[in-house]
Amino acid sequence: MSVTAHAPAHVDDHAHDDHGHHHHKETFITKYIFSQDHKMIAKQYLITGLIMGFIGIAMSLLFRMQLAWPGESFPIFEALLGKWAPDGVMDADIYLALVTIHGTIMVFFVLTAGLSGTFSNLLIPLQIGARDMASGFLNMLSYWMFFLSSVIMVISLFVEAGPAAAGWTIYPPLSALPMAQPGSGAGMTLWLVSMAIFIASSLLGSLNYIVTVINLRTKGMSMTRLPLTIWAFFVTAVIGVISFPVLLSAALLLIMDRSFGTSFFLSDIFIQGEVLHYQGGSPVLFEHLFWFLGHPEVYIVLLPALGITSEVMSTNARKPIFGYRAMVASILAIAFLSTIVWGHHMFISGMNPFLGSVFTFTTLLIAIPSAVKAFNYITTLWKGNLQLNPAMLFSIGLVSTFITGGLTGIILGDSTLDINVHDTYFVVAHFHLVMGISALYGLFAGVYHWFPKMFQGRMMNKNLGYVHFWITAICAYGVFFPMHFVGMAGVPRRYYQNTAFPMFDELTNVQVLMTVFALVAGLAQLVFVYNFIRSIFYGKRGPQNPWSSNTLEWTAPQKHFHGNWEGEIPHVYRWAYDYSKTYENGEYIIPGQDFVPQNTPLQENEEELNH
Amino acid sequence: MTALLTLTVLVLVAIAIWQMTKIFELSQLKAEQTEVATDSDNKYNGYLLFGFLIFIYGITIFSFAKYTKVLLPEASSAHGSEYDQLMWVSFAIIFFVQTITQALLHYFGYKYRGKKGKKALFFADNDRLEFIWTIIPVIVLAGLILWGLYTWTNIMDVNDEDDPLIVELYAQQFNWTARYGGEDNVLGDASVRLIDINRANVLGLDESDPNAADDVIVKELHLPVGRKVNFMMRSQDVLHSAYMPHFRAQMNCVPGMITQFSFTPTVTTEEIRLNPDVVDKVKRTNALRAEWAAEGRPDSDPWEFDYVLLCNKICGKSHYNMQMKIIVETEEEFNKWLAEQTTFKQTVMSDDTEQVSVTEEAEEVDISTEVAEAVVEE
Repeated sequence: MSVTAHAPAHVDDHAHDDHGHHHHKETFITKYIFSQDHKMIAKQYLITGLIMGFIGIAMSLLFRMQLAWPGESFPIFEALLGKWAPDGVMDADIYLALVTIHGTIMVFFVLTAGLSGTFSNLLIPLQIGARDMASGFLNMLSYWMFFLSSVIMVISLFVEAGPAAAGWTIYPPLSALPMAQPGSGAGMTLWLVSMAIFIASSLLGSLNYIVTVINLRTKGMSMTRLPLTIWAFFVTAVIGVISFPVLLSAALLLIMDRSFGTSFFLSDIFIQGEVLHYQGGSPVLFEHLFWFLGHPEVYIVLLPALGITSEVMSTNARKPIFGYRAMVASILAIAFLSTIVWGHHMFISGMNPFLGSVFTFTTLLIAIPSAVKAFNYITTLWKGNLQLNPAMLFSIGLVSTFITGGLTGIILGDSTLDINVHDTYFVVAHFHLVMGISALYGLFAGVYHWFPKMFQGRMMNKNLGYVHFWITAICAYGVFFPMHFVGMAGVPRRYYQNTAFPMFDELTNVQVLMTVFALVAGLAQLVFVYNFIRSIFYGKRGPQNPWSSNTLEWTAPQKHFHGNWEGEIPHVYRWAYDYSKTYENGEYIIPGQDFVPQNTPLQENEEELNH
Repeated sequence: MTALLTLTVLVLVAIAIWQMTKIFELSQLKAEQTEVATDSDNKYNGYLLFGFLIFIYGITIFSFAKYTKVLLPEASSAHGSEYDQLMWVSFAIIFFVQTITQALLHYFGYKYRGKKGKKALFFADNDRLEFIWTIIPVIVLAGLILWGLYTWTNIMDVNDEDDPLIVELYAQQFNWTARYGGEDNVLGDASVRLIDINRANVLGLDESDPNAADDVIVKELHLPVGRKVNFMMRSQDVLHSAYMPHFRAQMNCVPGMITQFSFTPTVTTEEIRLNPDVVDKVKRTNALRAEWAAEGRPDSDPWEFDYVLLCNKICGKSHYNMQMKIIVETEEEFNKWLAEQTTFKQTVMSDDTEQVSVTEEAEEVDISTEVAEAVVEE
């Protein structure tokens, strides 16, 4: 049962108890497990995402150790990898499996579900002034399918022949033939099942977000008054609905090839001394289908982070976000372009070079809205009164890594230049900075900023937040900046070790440097974990609107109940960015207060700017 | 022992963090109890942002100073020099933008750090500014796109002009094979369905095709300098990618289709070994390898520079060691070498076991097959 936004019954509901708008008593199960309240679902997404993130990051540390000290024996390998690390030396197959599962978990489970799932759920109803999502039941279903797919993915780590190991892009035939690689047996089956469920979960969530944003906005909340967070979540959901089904079809066809003898992606294969029956399929077709999702996926990961940054940065700069309309336009432009650039992952896949030309053109176009966004963020800081809270630092950090990582996209998006850096560490450095680290910063910014909203007014410790940010920021550059050079020296990615090529010998010390930074960065995340868990129980309670923010979620009481606001839903009279707005005589609109919440009616003599 | 050490370090770090928060908390007893940034937080973090700008510049300068020398030597192919030029122009642009935008971002973070009572400027829009920073990227990118596309079209135009040498690159888990057209420079038809390991027909050549008879199958890629080479690439099992970084060349090998790439080598192996950058690199590498040899590490013999073909598309367990040596030599040396090789006809038609290259390969196939089987059985 979802509570509709404009239900008049709630207007007179002032006198009820703490359980808010519930007409029946909540049990532990309906409140904490099968909850249909978007705030609880958001927390479930966040915590599941963080646990998966912990696994994904831990895996990256293991294979970074292997890269820095190839073939060396580590007790921790033996402890964690068991039979795949005989005498503590990592096996080549499990190296590929770790790389594969790391990518899968980080991209889908942490940065898609953990980021967008958490904050879309938490913020869409609260910021547009709705009592809940359009369908609380679908929302609950979406989370539990995500949970199920996470469980299956984790279970796949324990199958006899090892988990999927064909890279997170699972290109066939490697992923289709168990005789090509042990991980392509049961491990790959579980991977595909897990992803199919994940996609269903993502679609349920996205449809819900779209319907909610379109239909449940409170009175006065026109599309042009929406906070940029909501714009980002909304457009992200649209991209997800357009592109995820294509990945599902690719996965289904791959399942058919694997289990039912079809030849969608396979042809002319001779392996283990015999010719297989497959005829007429093409692996290039799979690449097209995969990247039709795969590239928009980058923006599914990134746009929510950029939306969060817009909101956090404007609030903490005590300034309106610069160029609201341009920001919305660039979100839309990025979303549109993101669906027609997938071929830049395939310049040298054997597809027609003319297609490569087209994709180079569309890909480099995407740099334009991205540049506009970066410049607008910088201008938002200009002449601000910056409140350097941890969330603000992560937002500034995001812009920094977004620029550094984004610029090298100009090289990779150029089909000519891609020839020699394709699939090298240059690519790894590029996408980790521009989408991995940036999106993680967006996630952290969101957690620090909205923690009080999620945990009933409790706030995270800011000093631990500062420690967390600064160590992470330095280490992120320490890992990924030198990595560009490794790539330009020609080192391919997904190599278990580089010792087979003497030309890479002198890069060993760079590998060690990067690994040390990675290990320290990993340790720094423990500070976050500690801070997060401790603050849930012992965090100081702040005021209802701790960051002096304009958006509607801070007008809702700290205490959680289904329905968000006691009494009437607030109406909206202005956009979300009236920070430091003054009359012509230099006085703040509300005397002594440098912000004007969205539910404050226009004052006398106040001019509403046409944004 | 190491486990104990790691554990101790972890415990110590945990204690350090715990103590740090304690100190932070104690030091704040007098100040107001809040988790929202105060003026002093803004001050310290503002300074740190400025420091971070210096760190970014620092790591950039450090990386360029220390790692420029590890990059690939100048291109050894005709199109490669154009590639390098485009690369460095793109890099110059990136570097310029990076330096300025990072400076603005972090300097503003420092300069406008918050103070109680300070008033921020309400600055929501400026069409002219936005126009400027939309149009500048448009112009710059238009230039890069046009230049890039022009070069791309040239590179990817694989044609039969100028009498190119035809070479097949054949990929399988986990090794490479090269096939030359022989006297007639025409490759015989082939299909994985014709592979007959017992008869040493490992590439599945069509024995009834007259063009196949004089084909030469080898495990070392020889290329004549100054002559265009057209590569026809095949794979028999999974995706591979033929990556020849020194020639700025790469193309995937896809089962079920033939992919192509073409370039003209311009520097022989002998010449590149005399390139000062390469000489230095070899010297540094061999110093390192001597150290390793002293520590008793295997495979640490001195290294002599050679061009190399790497696999650059994940292909399974030994992906990291799927390589083939490339030798670029003069036309005469190449012709002499080619004439010394056994042809397909000689290999398949005779039972002579001394034909080293091909029998070796057959064994390798057997071995990789056995390994794969063993792995699956596990």
